[in-house]
Order: sequence, then C-alpha cells, then structure tokens
Amino acid sequence: MSAAGPARYDCIVIGGGHNGLVCAAYLARSGRRVLVLEASAEVGGAAVTREFAPGFKVSACAHLLHLMPPSIVGELALERHGLAFAATRLPSTALATDGAHLSIAVEGAHSLAVHCPADAATYAEWQRLVERIAAALHPVLNATPPRLGTTAWRDRATLLNVGWRLRRLGREDLRELLRIGGMCVHDLLEERFRSPLLKGALALDAVLGTNHGPRSPGTVLSLLYRAAAAQGAGTFLQPAGGLGALSQALARAAAAAGAEVRTGSLVERILVSDDRAAGVRLASGEAIAASTVISSADPKTTFLRLLGCEHLDAGFVRRVSQLRSRGLTAKLHLALSGVPEFPGLEPAALGGRLLIAPSTDYIERAYNHSKYEEFSSAPTLEITLPTLADASLAPPGRHVLSAIVQYAPYSLAGGWMGQRQRFADIAIETLARYAPALPGCILGSELLTPPDIEREFRISGGHWHHAELALDQFFMLRPVPGATQYRAPLEGLFLCGAGCHPGGGVMGLAGRNAARALLREAA
Amino acid sequence: MLTQSEPHYRQPLLKTPFHERSRALSQLDSFIPWSGYSTVDVFTSVEQEYFAIRNASSLYDLTPMVKYRITGRDALRFLNRLTTRDLGKLAAGKVTYTIWCDDAGHLIDDGTVFCLGPGDYRLCTAEWQLDWLCASAIGFEVEICEVTGEIAALALQGPTSCKLLRSLGLAGVERLKPFEHATFDLPRSVGGPITLQISRTGFTGDLGYELWMSPTDAERVWDALMEVGSSRGLRPVGSRALNMARIEAGFLLPRVDFISAAHTLYPGTERSPLELGLAWLIDFGKGHFTGRRALLAEQARGPRRQLVGLDVAGQKPAHDALLYTSRSGRTQAGSVTSATWSPTCKRNLALATVDAAHSAIGSTLWADIYLNRELVWERRMVPARVVERPFYAPARRRATPPADF
Repeated sequence: MSAAGPARYDCIVIGGGHNGLVCAAYLARSGRRVLVLEASAEVGGAAVTREFAPGFKVSACAHLLHLMPPSIVGELALERHGLAFAATRLPSTALATDGAHLSIAVEGAHSLAVHCPADAATYAEWQRLVERIAAALHPVLNATPPRLGTTAWRDRATLLNVGWRLRRLGREDLRELLRIGGMCVHDLLEERFRSPLLKGALALDAVLGTNHGPRSPGTVLSLLYRAAAAQGAGTFLQPAGGLGALSQALARAAAAAGAEVRTGSLVERILVSDDRAAGVRLASGEAIAASTVISSADPKTTFLRLLGCEHLDAGFVRRVSQLRSRGLTAKLHLALSGVPEFPGLEPAALGGRLLIAPSTDYIERAYNHSKYEEFSSAPTLEITLPTLADASLAPPGRHVLSAIVQYAPYSLAGGWMGQRQRFADIAIETLARYAPALPGCILGSELLTPPDIEREFRISGGHWHHAELALDQFFMLRPVPGATQYRAPLEGLFLCGAGCHPGGGVMGLAGRNAARALLREAA
Repeated sequence: MLTQSEPHYRQPLLKTPFHERSRALSQLDSFIPWSGYSTVDVFTSVEQEYFAIRNASSLYDLTPMVKYRITGRDALRFLNRLTTRDLGKLAAGKVTYTIWCDDAGHLIDDGTVFCLGPGDYRLCTAEWQLDWLCASAIGFEVEICEVTGEIAALALQGPTSCKLLRSLGLAGVERLKPFEHATFDLPRSVGGPITLQISRTGFTGDLGYELWMSPTDAERVWDALMEVGSSRGLRPVGSRALNMARIEAGFLLPRVDFISAAHTLYPGTERSPLELGLAWLIDFGKGHFTGRRALLAEQARGPRRQLVGLDVAGQKPAHDALLYTSRSGRTQAGSVTSATWSPTCKRNLALATVDAAHSAIGSTLWADIYLNRELVWERRMVPARVVERPFYAPARRRATPPADF
C-alpha cells in the first residue's frame, strides 16, 4: 500500500484533541507543512463542549483546566486566539451530609483552621513539602523519557538532570519522597491528618481518573504527579465556553502557524510503504501522503487498529495489548431549572469544585465494587456548576451540573445496556444526600460511561489518560518499552497522545514533547 | 497414568504409542526425556545404530516433536509474520524448514511447516511454543491447536528407506521429492488399511522419510515396518546415533548449538540467525516479520560471532573444547557446541561458535582437547580448520526416484 500522489504535507497529525493540536501548532511554527485530521465535526477530542440537552452545554470529559503549563498558553498565544477564563482560582470544598462542609485552602468559616485546627498546621506543612517535590519533578514532565542502557548523550543528560533535581531536594525531603513514593495515599493520610473530610478530599485527588482506590499502591505517586503537573499552572481554571473553547483556541493557534485542520475526517489506516509510515487513508477512501505521521490516538488504537499488527513485532504487540487502559470514570451531566441548594454551603464555594468523598473508606468502598465488575453503590463525585460563572452554557436562568463519577468499570457484569439509568439514578441519589432539592430541578440528564467515552471519543477502553497512570506505565515505561520516546518502532510514525509521557489530563505536554522530539530527530 | 492430583514434577513422563515396541527392543533400557515424553537414547549400541542410518535404514520415534495445527483466514499472514521465510510460496503438499525470532532478532526456535491445504498448516518444532504463538496471533484471525498427542510420528531414514516403503505396497512413494508430503494407504496384507501421511523430510541429511499417523495405528505401522525391514538392515535408533548423523549433516540442535531466546537468562547469550549461519532462511523482501528491523540493523553492522563447521585434527571429539587463535592458547576465539567423530567422513567434526574475525572458510583455530588414556589425562592443543558445512551430503538425499536396493 502506498499513498497516491506527491506529499503535500510533511506531517499528518491523527486526531484533533488538545495534544494533537498542540503538537501540530509547534510543528507548524517550525515550518512543517502540517495536516490535522479530526474524525468529529469539531476539534477537541474529549476536550469539547457539547450540547447534552436542548440549550444546555457542558465540557464532555474534564471540566476544569489546571494542568496545562502557562508556557504552552503563552507560546501559542492562546489568549489572543480566543481563550478566556470565566473563573480562576476555584476553591475546593469537601461536602458533608450534615452541612459541616470543609473548604480547602481557603480561609473563612469553613476553613480547615475552624474545622480541624490540629490538621491546619500539618496541612500547611504537607503543602510545602508537595510544592518542593513538585518543583523538583516538574521539569521531568517536559523531557523525553530516557531509555535504559543507552549511550545517547541526551538520555544521559535527562537522567542526570532528574538525579540532580532530586539531590537538590536535600536529605530530608529526598528521604521522605523515597519513603512515601510507593505508598498508598490512605496510609500517608492516616499518618498526617485527622479530619475524614480532608483525607477524603486529598485521596480523591490521588485516584481521580485512575483505576485505583486510596489503599492501592502508587496512589501517593499519582498525587505527587498531579501536583508536579499543576506546577505553575495556578489553581483550577474554568475556560469561558468550557474546555471546547480551549480546543478552539488551540486549533486557531495551529492554523495561524500554518497548519491545516480538517474535521469530519476519520483516519482508518496508517499507510506503510517500504517499512515506513507514508501517510494515512481516511474512512472515505482518500489517501493522503506525508513523510511523518503523528498519532494522538491512544496506543492500542494507533498500533493495533490504525497501523496493524502485521507491521509490528509480536513482543511489542503483546506489550501494547497488555497495556492497562480500561476506564473507571463516568461523567454525569444534569440540566437544572435553577441553582441547586447545598445546605450549609457558602455561595462563594458553590462555583468551585464540590467533592463527594467524605472519607478514604467511603472512596475505598466505592472502589471495591469495581474490582468485581460492579459499579459503586455510593460513588465519589467531583462536581462543578459551570453556569454560575459562564451563563453562555445554558438558557437564561437555567443551570448545568457537571460531575465526574467514580467508579464505573468499563466492563460491567451484565453490560451497561440496561444498567446505565440505574447508575445515573445512584449518582443523583448520592447528590441528593447533599442537595435534597436537586432531583426536583432536573430537566434533563446524560451519563457517559467508559464504553460511551470509548465510542464517542475513540479512546480504546474509555480511559481518560489513554493508559492507566501507574508506576509500571510511567515515564520511561510509558506507554510501553519500544515506544517511549514518542517514536513508534516503525520509521516515520510518532505518538503524541495522553498514552505517552507525561500522560493525560488537559495538559498538552505530550503533544509539545512529541513535537520537540520529532524536530530534534530531523535536525 | 497421569493423575491431575499429583504436582507436575511428580507426574511420570508420557509414553509414546511406540513405547512398548521400543522397550521390547531396548537392550540398555536407556530412556531420556523429550518434551514431556520418554524416548530412547540408545537401543543397543550407538555405532550399530549410526551405521543403520548411513548404510541401511533406521527407525526413530518422532512423536514427542511438538506439533501445532494452524488454521484460519489469516493462517498464512500469521506464519509469514511469525517466521523469516516467505511461506506464500509453500503450496499444499510441500514442507519447508524455517525459523522464528523475537523482537530483538534473536532465534527462538526452528521447525518445519507442512502446508496441508489453503489456510491449513502444521508447524513441527522441538520445543513448546504456544506462548509465543499466542502472542504472535494477536491481531490475526487464526486458530492454533497443539496436536502433539494426536499424531504419532516415525522417522525412517537411510539409503534403503524408499525401497522399504515400496515393499510395504506404498506405491508412488518414490516420486516424493525432498520437502514434499502426500497421503498413502498401507494395504490390508501388511496390517492395513491404514492411512499414512509421508513426508520426505528428516534430520539425518540423507535419503529418508517421516511417517505421520494416528496413535491408534502406531503399533501396526511399526510392526509392518520392522517385519519388512528385518531383511534390509532396519534398526530402531535412539537420539545418540541421530545426533552423530545430524552433526555430519550440519544441522543445529536447540539447547546444544544455541539457546532459544525464550530460555536464555544471561544477556548476550542469545543468538541471531545471522550468527548461526541461517541468513539463507531470512527473506527480507517478503514484508514485515518479527525481528526484521533488528536483523536488518545487525546485518548492516555485521554479526559479531559466527557458527562454523570445524575439521579437528586427531580422532578425539572436541566436546566442549575452547578455541584459541594460536597454539599458545592466549586469546580465546570461541568454543565448540557439538562434536563427533564421523565414521562415514573419517573426519573429526565439530560445530562451534567463533568470533566473526575467525569464521572464514580455511581459518585455523586451536582446540583445547583433554585426552583420557586409562585415567591418565593429557591436554592437547590441536589445529581445527574452518570448513564448509554440511560435512556430509550424499547425492542420494535429493535423487528422485531414489536408487533401488
């Protein structure tokens, strides 16, 4: 198979999600002729704003921005290309059924100092430790992971840099990092804190979007990783117009740099000629040639479906097929007739993140079900009410509730067909324990389960991070050995999606790192 | 009998359908394990059995050879991605010898592939491969079944083997060319009717056939062969005699001349087909196969080691001998993996892995040999010349029809 005609493009980026667009923008800025092919009618991948009930719009997956580094926002001039924030520095509040909620990192009547004075000082100390570790680890996220046993100077330099940064932490912090790095977050929180609400809220940060419960090993690592990724990005941000507006800004930035972005173009196959990637074939049958293909699709989709196992070695294919990539996270969207009332919650907190994770045991119990292919009978939720800051998402006076709901296993015993409504009801019942009047205001609802996310956003397994974020699929091992430096085993094929280091979340670093790796190689 | 309640290490070795017949003829009761079965090492004497292979006919129980039936829409694509040769050229009724490697281009094993029909193949190998076959099957519509126990097999090898089969009434067997197989009916007069699949294949480098049958027919086929063969010097042979013949033929034995990349523990002990002199089995032009990119890279930089045939001075087989660049024994250049005195060639033969710099035909290395003369040990440095393989390749191995006896 070979693509017809002379190549009009140097690079084809498969998928117009945020990583694909970031990668395309950086490649185009370096003078590459870039074509982005997005299957949907709109760019954004899972970072889209879409209508789920007549007149009601919501960010389909992630609903807040807190991991994208300011350097990407600045370098691509995203604010000039239309990115604006409806709300910044959003507070987080751990909800309690008795109304004694806990607002974290915000001073006031519901602050930690009032709620649990003993924890206040410890929490401040913990925050400082996390800041120092995050500062040390953050540069690692910008680097192409080194290979083991290599003599390449760049790989050695990266390793040296990591070692130097860790060394600079000092004996105390380094020892603490080594001690807690492999621990489960439950044990860590038990060591330090008393307030169940605080522990629940922190544990939720460690397990959100993962296949883990608070007692799963490695959950401290995911907490530190999130902190490292959020370094400098400030607190939680809400883009005006939802996460889709960020994707639109990225697409405009890519286009301004010279990239061509085509929507409604589903890539069906990566074309191979003379054992190197030569272009792509669309579902329409159109073949487009390019000397380099960069896939922002997840590794399983890229290798097993788009490229095909016959172009890869069997051991590599086995590693890809064993990649843990099944999602456990669902998304609930509610169209509301008015602002829901959460008794005891201050109005200022209502517009922030509201967490239903009243204790680590609560989360662990919710997680237990998922081990046996059941959904949680009392799920955890991260809730936002985006319309409080951004009226454009709903008809006047109406509101939207957006909630990340865990745990909803990809493979549910008996299948999701016929059980979806039951889980949506459970999530709403859970909400009603904190906002009793809420069920009466629901005008419409939507639940996206992992299989829905798989189908709608073409993510194999429906995992937000494309591949589980765990020690065995981290850094030098992400997504699998043999493809860890954004390069596929096939010449001319690169990866730039969340399945690569440093992973998912609306961060964009995988896209930028991939572009840099590609440009370095060509240089 | 196998009892599942016993742990596997206490379960006895399996017995092939020829076991009772073999034991009756075994003077030494010398059995060794092979792929979970008990097989004969030596029946009477290695020399007698060796000469039956080269001068008459020999019968070797091949049943433990691990066999996989590979079927399905993608069977050919699967095999072409698994192995290094282009099996698209393999028509029904043909057999081919091939190898397969891991991602790093290191040899996992070798074996033969029988094309039984469109999308229907049988892979025969010395060791179990199911794990690797299953890994290789990801993304292919293919069914892989281990059929080792369902097919009994005998190797009938030697210059009189064709005549022997014809004496059994297997008309047309003389028309089988090397690496062809066909189905024959053993007539009622000699214990039939029994359907036999016969391939002109073997591990002796000589005229010979392999017979594939249902285990229920196994003893009757054995009896018929032994009866007709008794007047033609037919002998059952064990693996020791076969080992001499295969060294003469220059064939490699896994775990002896190379360790499968699936079994090596120490890095650097794997071997690539380029190092083992198996480059002729690699079809780089057929499309991708596992290990292709690694092998291309190795080909470009040149293999570091090379498996060679050696003609060693003297008569003492150079078992496990270290090889040196000079008589002084200061610089090691490799080591011997297989060695035998060849009664037919009247040469002292060895297979060895040596540094690439010393692998050219005609190079002379020095073998460190230990002689035991009535418990008086002597160390000798003897010259070992790199020579062409195979050491022994009689024209009759390819002649069709084979000579009559």
